[in-house]
Amino acid sequence: MRIALKIWRQDGPADDGRMVDYQLPDVSEDSSFLEMLDLLNEQLIEKGEEPVAFDSDCREGICGMCGVVINGEAHGPERTTTCQLHMRSFADGDEIVIEPWRADPFPVIKDLCVDRTSFDRIIQAGGFISANTGSAPDAHATPVPKEDADRAFMAAECIGCGACVAACPNASAMLFMGSKVTHLGELPQGQPEREARVLQMTAQHDLEGFGGCTNLGECSRACPKGIPLNVISQLNGDYRRAGYGGRD
Amino acid sequence: MTDTVTRGNDLVDGIYREGAPITDTKAPTGDIADKWTTRKFEAALVNPANRRKLSVIIVGTGLAGASAGATLGEAGYRVKSFCYQDSPRRAHSIAAQGGINAAKNYKGDGDSVHRLFYDTVKGGDYRSRETNVYRLAEVSADIIDQCVAQGVPFAREYGGLLDNRSFGGVQVSRTFYARGQTGQQLLIGAYQALERQIAAGTVEMFARHEMLELVVVDGKARGIIARDMVTGEIETHLADAVVLASGGYGNVFFLSTNAMGCNVTASWRAHRKGAHFANPCYTQIHPTCIPQTGEHQSKLTLMSESLRNDGRIWVPKNAEDCDKNPREIPEEDRDYYLERIYPGFGNLVPRDIASRQAKNMCDEGRGVGPAVDGVRRGVYLDFADAIERMGEDAVRSKYGNLFDMYERIAGENPYEVPMRIYPAVHYTMGGLWVDYDLQSSIPGLFVTGEANFSDHGANRLGASALMQGLADGYFVLPNTIRDYLAQGPFTKITDDDPAVAEAVQGVRDRIETFLSIDGTRSVDSYHKALGKIMWEKCGMERTEEGLREAIEEIRALRADFWTNVRVLGSAEGLNQSLEKAGRVADFLELGELMCIDALHRNESCGGHFRAESQTEDGEALRHDDEYAYVAAWEWGGDGEAPVLHKEDLVYDFIELKQRSYK
Repeated sequence: MRIALKIWRQDGPADDGRMVDYQLPDVSEDSSFLEMLDLLNEQLIEKGEEPVAFDSDCREGICGMCGVVINGEAHGPERTTTCQLHMRSFADGDEIVIEPWRADPFPVIKDLCVDRTSFDRIIQAGGFISANTGSAPDAHATPVPKEDADRAFMAAECIGCGACVAACPNASAMLFMGSKVTHLGELPQGQPEREARVLQMTAQHDLEGFGGCTNLGECSRACPKGIPLNVISQLNGDYRRAGYGGRD
Repeated sequence: MTDTVTRGNDLVDGIYREGAPITDTKAPTGDIADKWTTRKFEAALVNPANRRKLSVIIVGTGLAGASAGATLGEAGYRVKSFCYQDSPRRAHSIAAQGGINAAKNYKGDGDSVHRLFYDTVKGGDYRSRETNVYRLAEVSADIIDQCVAQGVPFAREYGGLLDNRSFGGVQVSRTFYARGQTGQQLLIGAYQALERQIAAGTVEMFARHEMLELVVVDGKARGIIARDMVTGEIETHLADAVVLASGGYGNVFFLSTNAMGCNVTASWRAHRKGAHFANPCYTQIHPTCIPQTGEHQSKLTLMSESLRNDGRIWVPKNAEDCDKNPREIPEEDRDYYLERIYPGFGNLVPRDIASRQAKNMCDEGRGVGPAVDGVRRGVYLDFADAIERMGEDAVRSKYGNLFDMYERIAGENPYEVPMRIYPAVHYTMGGLWVDYDLQSSIPGLFVTGEANFSDHGANRLGASALMQGLADGYFVLPNTIRDYLAQGPFTKITDDDPAVAEAVQGVRDRIETFLSIDGTRSVDSYHKALGKIMWEKCGMERTEEGLREAIEEIRALRADFWTNVRVLGSAEGLNQSLEKAGRVADFLELGELMCIDALHRNESCGGHFRAESQTEDGEALRHDDEYAYVAAWEWGGDGEAPVLHKEDLVYDFIELKQRSYK
């Protein structure tokens, strides 16, 4: 198939950046979206032009490293990661516009690569259960009701890709944060730190410059793992119970 | 960087030299069940007040690296952690699907530490080190406790207790799992523990950093040279000990189930500085992966081998039927070859056999699916019988997520058309040689997880990779590295030490060389060419002739690479071509060593099948009298033959037997 591309090129964080047009005359519809970009890069190298920088690693939809905005949609037209999107989702002759995640807390490093370390700092603020190695009781000491365990698992499926932020008109990371608060908050092991966790993570979220949730639900629609919007309800509930940040 | 083979009287087979054997692995004496307790007691302690004066560098943040970083940070050491990804949470442990073994015996079905130990040694085809494997089984139960305490959401039963399943053909249910995302959940647990230590200030994180050289001072590992992949800056990081938890080298085949960035550079740079590389030819090739569709393919995707429980594998009897619609090929024209050749085990034969027979069918010209390089590399995995027997809904509830994944990648509905599968490289049992303490042949350099060689012998059992990574990181390394660190305080070294300056200069020169060759071929084109050689000649079946050809072809390709590769851009800032060039340059050296190792081991064992060593029925034939040893290779120098050090495998507690599937 023949594909026309418009790709965001930006030499570095200080560069203004611009859209650049490329043509790919012969793309296999069986290739993945990122393999289509690999093909473009091989052709650019052949011509002596610098290849397009983009992030990817596992290419099987689980590591969360890849992610670009495709024709205005985070991860493109299917509900999956960019690496699992295939060219058969497009038609011969299509024009595809590719941009990096757009959000202040995700500054562009180069071309389509952005810096998502703000997510790591939100986890550092409290997205864990404090259990030093060797201090754990037997795994069967505390049974967990299956439905709680299943809901914790559902929330824990978040891959930290950042599509929720990219899709949100307010660049909120509350789906990301809500999934962690829900994952740990559903489990008995997560209770002792539950209040401190939500307060500290939320404070870090705001400090990083992510916006507040405006209940549009774009995040959940863009989420390749289908994390539901109600993890944000759980986040808000925990936050309210924790006393708006007023309590130790 | 061209190679000339040194021809001396002591060259064996014209390809390697033999050095002194390794006689001491540092395992304590006594009963196997007491060794680990003995070692932990004998390992010196470090006073908590002194720990903050001792520093450790850890390269890699997968299960083995993140767990070690968190644990050493909690203990109070100063840790620097490095990963090439943008976050430690991305490491490729995350992609493991099936589960993690542990000898908990929660099912009361007769499991025990000794049985897990036995199964692992046997599964490794009696090519692993008994003492290390026993310890792995021994600490396995602690891993589950630790992970549950961290909030890892393992599958549970309605009573609230943990569920287990049987995996990989063993007779007990000892595998803990979190749907098909066990690796993800375990890694996120370790990642969160690591992030907690980063917040506490005990661990300093260097993401988007790649280790490009090991610093060895006075014979001890004292640091690394790393490149900041965002700024391009070459940085020196010094410490009292270095841990490599940098994963396996399956990407030497270009196409594998590994992540795009997985590489051997950290291990290989250490090898060139004196760390022995053990059993590099032991690679595992998984039978149920989605086949390659064309030259555009960048990686292969594995599907759980549980599919073989209900799917039937076949190819057309006649090559001329291979491009027909499979539903129009009548029953009598299909060859259910595994059921035909192995009537006892049928489609459930072990991974290595299922893989090799699929290759044989395709080599005979009876493969299906699109031809790549003129050969159709795929066989059918057909669920039509299962759907008729169980109903489509039952098949969907059991395998729905795998069928969805298949449809997304292959673009075909496996409820209507048989799946096409083909084997792919997905794990490497070989790795840097380590002793019982996980210390390499360079003092102060420790190696954990897939990067070391120690626990899986010639073949790894399902659900054992996650177990080993976490065993090493949470429980083994923290106890053994303290014995080394207790020798401190270590001599203070500075950035202007001659060994440091030399390492930095070496890294700069290499980068400068890549950027100045200005040739005509892309890095990827070399990587693909290397992968083809390795896959054809050092893949599922190896022959002396093929391996000798491969060695010559790799040498020629490497020489061409160093004169004709094209790396654009500059050393400053993000340059993904430059990153790949360094990795491929190291793969081009590793590939040759793998072929030499495969050539010298004239027996078949586990994932290493030498065509010259098979039974009359075409099964793998081991030669315990000649090859029951670990092959630990010492770097011989550029253009020089490597030096083989043999570590005899002593089995005091398990009797060696030939595997049989009849």
